[in-house]
Amino acid sequence: MLVHLNRIILTIFISIITTLSFADSQHSHGANTNYLKTDWSFEGIFGTFDRASLQRGYQVYQDVCAGCHSVQHLSYRNLSEKGGPEFLPEEAKAIAAQFEVTDGPNEDGEMFIRPGRLSDKFVKPFPNAKAAAAANGGAYPPDMSVLAKARKGGADYIYSLLMGYEEAPTGYELDDGVYYNKYMPGNKIKMAEPISDGIVEYADGTETTKAQISKDVTTFLVWAADPHLEARHKMGFKVFFYLIILLTLVYLSKQKVWSQFGSKEEKEEEEAFDKAERVVTEYEGEDPKTFK
Amino acid sequence: MSSEIKPKRRDFLFTATYTVGAVGLGATIWPLVDQMNPDSSVKALSTTEVDVSSVEPGKTITVLWRGKPIFIRRRTKKEIDEATAVDLKDLKDPEKDSDRAKNPEWLVMVGVCTHLGCVPLGDKGDYKAWFCPCHGSHYDTSGRIRKGPAPTNLEIPKYEFVDNNTIKIG
Amino acid sequence: MSEEKYVPKTKLAEWFDSRLPLLSLSHHLRSYPTPKNLNYWWTFGGILTFCLITQIVTGIILAMHYVAHTEHAFASIEHIMRDVNYGWLMRYVHSNGASMFFLAVYIHIFRGLYFGSYKAPREMIWIIGLAIYLLMMATAFMGYVLPWGQMSFWGATVITNLFSAIPLIGESVTNWLWGGFSVDNPTLNRFYSLHYLLPFLIFGLVILHIWSLHIPGNNNPVGIDVKKGSNETMPFHPYMVMKDLTALLAFLLLFFAFVFFLPDFLGHPDNYIPADPLITPAHIVPEWYLLPFYAILRAIPSKLGGVIFMFASIFVLAGLPWLDSSKVRSATFRPLYRKFFWVLVVTVVLLGYLGAKPPEGIYLILARIATAYYFIHFLILLPLLGRYEKTDPLPMSISDPVLDKPGVMDKFKEMAGKYEGENVGSFK
Repeated sequence: MLVHLNRIILTIFISIITTLSFADSQHSHGANTNYLKTDWSFEGIFGTFDRASLQRGYQVYQDVCAGCHSVQHLSYRNLSEKGGPEFLPEEAKAIAAQFEVTDGPNEDGEMFIRPGRLSDKFVKPFPNAKAAAAANGGAYPPDMSVLAKARKGGADYIYSLLMGYEEAPTGYELDDGVYYNKYMPGNKIKMAEPISDGIVEYADGTETTKAQISKDVTTFLVWAADPHLEARHKMGFKVFFYLIILLTLVYLSKQKVWSQFGSKEEKEEEEAFDKAERVVTEYEGEDPKTFK
Repeated sequence: MSSEIKPKRRDFLFTATYTVGAVGLGATIWPLVDQMNPDSSVKALSTTEVDVSSVEPGKTITVLWRGKPIFIRRRTKKEIDEATAVDLKDLKDPEKDSDRAKNPEWLVMVGVCTHLGCVPLGDKGDYKAWFCPCHGSHYDTSGRIRKGPAPTNLEIPKYEFVDNNTIKIG
Repeated sequence: MSEEKYVPKTKLAEWFDSRLPLLSLSHHLRSYPTPKNLNYWWTFGGILTFCLITQIVTGIILAMHYVAHTEHAFASIEHIMRDVNYGWLMRYVHSNGASMFFLAVYIHIFRGLYFGSYKAPREMIWIIGLAIYLLMMATAFMGYVLPWGQMSFWGATVITNLFSAIPLIGESVTNWLWGGFSVDNPTLNRFYSLHYLLPFLIFGLVILHIWSLHIPGNNNPVGIDVKKGSNETMPFHPYMVMKDLTALLAFLLLFFAFVFFLPDFLGHPDNYIPADPLITPAHIVPEWYLLPFYAILRAIPSKLGGVIFMFASIFVLAGLPWLDSSKVRSATFRPLYRKFFWVLVVTVVLLGYLGAKPPEGIYLILARIATAYYFIHFLILLPLLGRYEKTDPLPMSISDPVLDKPGVMDKFKEMAGKYEGENVGSFK
């Protein structure tokens, strides 16, 4: 009877798994999730950012994206902080000073414009989400501070999306101001293809192919979403190194303690300990100053 | 009390385990403590520029720097003379006026009483300068403590004149 | 080893202990006799205590920097992640800590199910444990709302709307929960308050949980009563402490793998999009640890029915000590129950999987079957099994040779032989 039960249970499991895998394959229509494969330097447990790529990526963001997309959680000081693009402090200061920041109110109660400082947040292209949507045909260009974390697929998705603009297949209907992108969920995107060969000019002489530019700006966005990635990886490595040593020591100690359970040595030792303790206690008890 | 006995009960393995464990605990505690220190956005706000072109002699403006009031006073000739004439021996916290005001006309200081942190009132007290209402500390025209419980003179922040009309504090 | 009464060794200790018996308590906790055959599945109680303390400590720290306001909540989390010293570490430990807490509690619960730890005389431990689990779910749910991302907002909306299924007063109840006519700032504020409060209630219940454990003592993998005051038990300290520590450190390896290398893996990307009351995300899913219940909720084709079944799926566990009529505790000696136990594990995992899928087609059908089986297991199979199952013969004691534990166990057996005939009570 037990053997029968085993067989019945096994058959049911197998049929469930088969059904599910079949159902899953039926359900994965819609967006293409086979993102383009790229080697990201920040992936893996030792991953770090490519500084030059981050600096170029910042330039791409500023030249291409910043007209519509904000990165409101970034501050200009972040540009010179460790683990980021690591611009020199003077460079970061100069970058900040290029922007006009509304400050105030002053003594007269009025807001005024002053050049940006390191402590300022990145200036937003639009005062609020509604203004941003109104200026962009009703589609709000999302804030990109945490975009790399806010999209399934992260860096690969962003990179693929930038590279995924295509002519719509014949017979595919697109409204005005809507574009076809093979990686966008639903394939319809309101952002025109932002990046093309040579759209920016790199000071360091890196070639300005579409792929290179997309890669740089994606790297920048990953950093923007996760500015402590390098510190995290570094600390993680140290923590693991430490934990493995401690785990080994604790395990060996545990084995030793357990092996002594009830053994003669332990008993003797414990007796000696108790005895010694009693002696010490008696001695202490005799001292009238110790306790009142 | 059992320090003489313990070494006998603990061999090298146990000592090593305890030591390594203690190091880890110590290292864990640091982030828990450090998180309360000023964070990087607070530290970045450490400079403020102030336009002082509209301040008349004998007037004080108060600006906020690092959450504290900063007194910027354009002193009159009389006040400067009073401040420089004082004999250092009469002072609780001897300091020359010229050390406190780089440009004698302008006195820039943190407007926080060095006693327990209240904000002194201007043009008040025995020296017609600053007087802390909380516990009665009197400061002179150079912001030096002259009478009352405060231990030291009003603090001078780090500042510089960017140009004739602008002071950068911090 | 029996538990001896604490005898103060100094006059000061005596003075103190007679007024506040903390030294007696500490002595009891150290010398508390535990069955020496406890395996590593028994270390999760200690791991859970660690999880709770970690969540409380990191939570108090996060609360120092978090702002409970719809306008500022999302930005304040980003502030923690970017600016606060080690803020990213605190936040990732807290968010992943919740998942680890649930992982451990599920192992702990299934261990109890497998070895029959809920049976007499341990019903109170089991029921208090369930109360802890319920509070954990409430706390985790409210904590997930605090970042005020899309999943926070819509999760809160969906879950609070469950209460609108209550006939007649449903709407009043949801409005009362929200403090308005939708999830908004008042909701966020009260969730924050309760999210801070509940862990301390959990902590109190944990004390009761342990207290009620220390009355009958631990169950053990064999499931038969150990003879207290014999060499079948060993003092909690240092034996179980060392074993718990070993397991805890191994557990930390997994925990920190997530914190440092996959910190957002267990979360949902949509929660990095600020809450927008006008746009619902395509798929709303709760955190993984609530998925099985979410699947049950959606499997029932009626609003009220779904809610009832979801809550029933948890409360049915409270009746377990009485539903399971078998006198044998450990599944080791229950060949049939053992099989059904694993079927139940798979069913719950399957429900979790289905909870993450859209409620349509084959997914819905399977969810209904799995939900039905879940209740059949507890309400029909367990009472029947106790009556008709032929259990294997039980050993006489936990040191009985039926147990095939090499190494340490052999030594114990040796020891057991050595002391046979002696007065075991005076062993220590």
